[in-house]
Amino acid sequence: MNIAGVRPKSPTERLLAANAWVVYAFFYAPILVLIVFSFNANNNVGIWTEPSVRWYRDVLSNDAVLNAIKVSLIVAFVSTIVSTVLGTMAALSLERFRYRGQRAFDGLVYLPIIIPDVTMAVMLLLFFAQGFQWLDAAIGWRPSFGIGTISLSHIAFNISFVAVVVRARLGQMDPRLEEAAADLYATRWQAFRRVTLPLIAPGVAGGALLALTLSLDDVVITSFVAGPGTTTLPVYVFGLVRRGVTPLINAVSTLMLVASMLLVAISLGFQRSSRSRVTALGEEQA
Amino acid sequence: MRPSSKAAALLAALVLVMAACGDDDTGGTTSTTGGLPTTTAVVTTTTQGAATVDCEVGQTDGNLNFYNWSEYIDPDLISAFETEYGVDVVESFYESNEAMLAQLQSGVAYDLVVPSDYMIKIMIDERLLYQLDKDALANYGNLSEEFRTQPYDPNGDFSVAYQYGTTGLGVNLEAVGDAFVESWALIFDPEITQNFAGGVSVLNDPRETMGAALEYLGYSLNDTNLDHLDEATQLIRDAKAYITTFDSDQYDENLVNGEVAVAHGYSGNMIVAIGEADDPDNFVYILPEEGATLWIDNMAIPTVSRAPCTAHAFIDFLLDAENGATLTNWNYYGSPNEAALPLIDEEVIDFYADTATANLEVIEDQGDYEINYTDKLAEAKS
Repeated sequence: MNIAGVRPKSPTERLLAANAWVVYAFFYAPILVLIVFSFNANNNVGIWTEPSVRWYRDVLSNDAVLNAIKVSLIVAFVSTIVSTVLGTMAALSLERFRYRGQRAFDGLVYLPIIIPDVTMAVMLLLFFAQGFQWLDAAIGWRPSFGIGTISLSHIAFNISFVAVVVRARLGQMDPRLEEAAADLYATRWQAFRRVTLPLIAPGVAGGALLALTLSLDDVVITSFVAGPGTTTLPVYVFGLVRRGVTPLINAVSTLMLVASMLLVAISLGFQRSSRSRVTALGEEQA
Repeated sequence: MRPSSKAAALLAALVLVMAACGDDDTGGTTSTTGGLPTTTAVVTTTTQGAATVDCEVGQTDGNLNFYNWSEYIDPDLISAFETEYGVDVVESFYESNEAMLAQLQSGVAYDLVVPSDYMIKIMIDERLLYQLDKDALANYGNLSEEFRTQPYDPNGDFSVAYQYGTTGLGVNLEAVGDAFVESWALIFDPEITQNFAGGVSVLNDPRETMGAALEYLGYSLNDTNLDHLDEATQLIRDAKAYITTFDSDQYDENLVNGEVAVAHGYSGNMIVAIGEADDPDNFVYILPEEGATLWIDNMAIPTVSRAPCTAHAFIDFLLDAENGATLTNWNYYGSPNEAALPLIDEEVIDFYADTATANLEVIEDQGDYEINYTDKLAEAKS
């Protein structure tokens, strides 16, 4: 490893470092502004009057917002777990095995990423509406729209994202490591559990985080497949804009931001604790 | 508030076709939900095909699934209704009329929705709404006469106005000075705008902006004559020297910050911004004498409703003078409830005082012609 601090910096390195700072500023300055203005007493987002926690009080005493946060978190949690498992499995099957129709599957995995949100939303809505009607006719049970349909829809688009991220990681991994494990009498499961999974863990974690973010973000698809009493936070916030943007939105966003940073920190912690083993394995491979 | 795109309408149509294929909803029986002593509504279909329902005043037939815009109703009103009628209200929220339409078309059972004007017409045409039972609305008389019939619902059979707003001009009196006139000339006449200390902000919305220009030229904002639209385009081009920005999001703040002298925008945002300004007396919101836009959100009961009588009870509840006033004092939009007016905060009343006398028009959906407004605004801005 080259550590820039050890020797005098070349102009290129200085430029790169400056670039990094600019990029970070570009990323985080708006977030900083958002946080600062969430403590603004004024009704207008852009006019600073005095510091206040008024909007946080508003958020926490607003049942509609709290319910929306609850629905969002449940959906995000369920859809992230399910889509991470299914997406990882899809990536493994596409990368490690050869079977008939694989090429077709390969292409189809990318489809939900390419399809516009509105199209996907209408497809899913029709699918559920039709499916529920047939279920009703067949067994006399008609599920209703709600957290279930929202979660299923999020899983449907998240699988693709997870699969793509995990696959990239799998592609970099030397397949001989698995063969070596097999040579040493590891079963398929043991080889996966003890060799493959630790090596692709960062990819899986990345995929899961992406799935979580996308689920917490989605407006279009969710607003089409939601049911009574299951408005998610982004849909609610989007509706608020009709009344003009108030710092309530800043407060909500700041709370969400803190929550997601906590999640990232937790997942980083997880990775670090397992890294010692993983890097040892990785370096032996190199 | 406006149809966001052609695509949305197209998709909505697609949903409808599919939904119609397997339509087994008789619209007939209404199940009773909850363990409350409720009665079943009598639902029939008229010869014209509109579904009707027969309810008593104050009758409930289950819990209410209320599908509304976010932050549009005082939560206290919801709890008051729940206590008074012994039913639960489940609130859901939508962010566009189109998403709400798609949900109803696929049979998600909401009991009460609050669509904007143009969407009411679409929903009536698609037979998605119950014809209201006016006998169950004891407070219907409180609804102001001018809101009972509108072009989108000519007899007021399907909808009851919920709240309304207008599009007009916010004016910084000091910056405008002696050049002040109650006219669209405040943004379109360079002879006038050149005297301001500061530029003007114009909405970046095809229907609103082209509509304002058409009004200024003496046409209707629903005018569909291309020559007239070309005149409007030229008008905006000639006025552009003093137009600082075409903007639909920040105009209210730009106005009270003193960055523009006049801002074209929606009443709901203006009232909040001016109310919070350091010197509220320096700002007024006016409706130009040539005419301006009126939008109305309406309560309506979808045919997929399982509790149409509870929905009637809720509409009647909001038509009550005191409740209507509570609603407006909370969300600061104009109230169509005439009986409520004496109970509404003076601040809001002042703001909407000239609505009755102004020459207002509701934007009507112009179908295939809509694209021209978009094209011409782009041309005017370029």
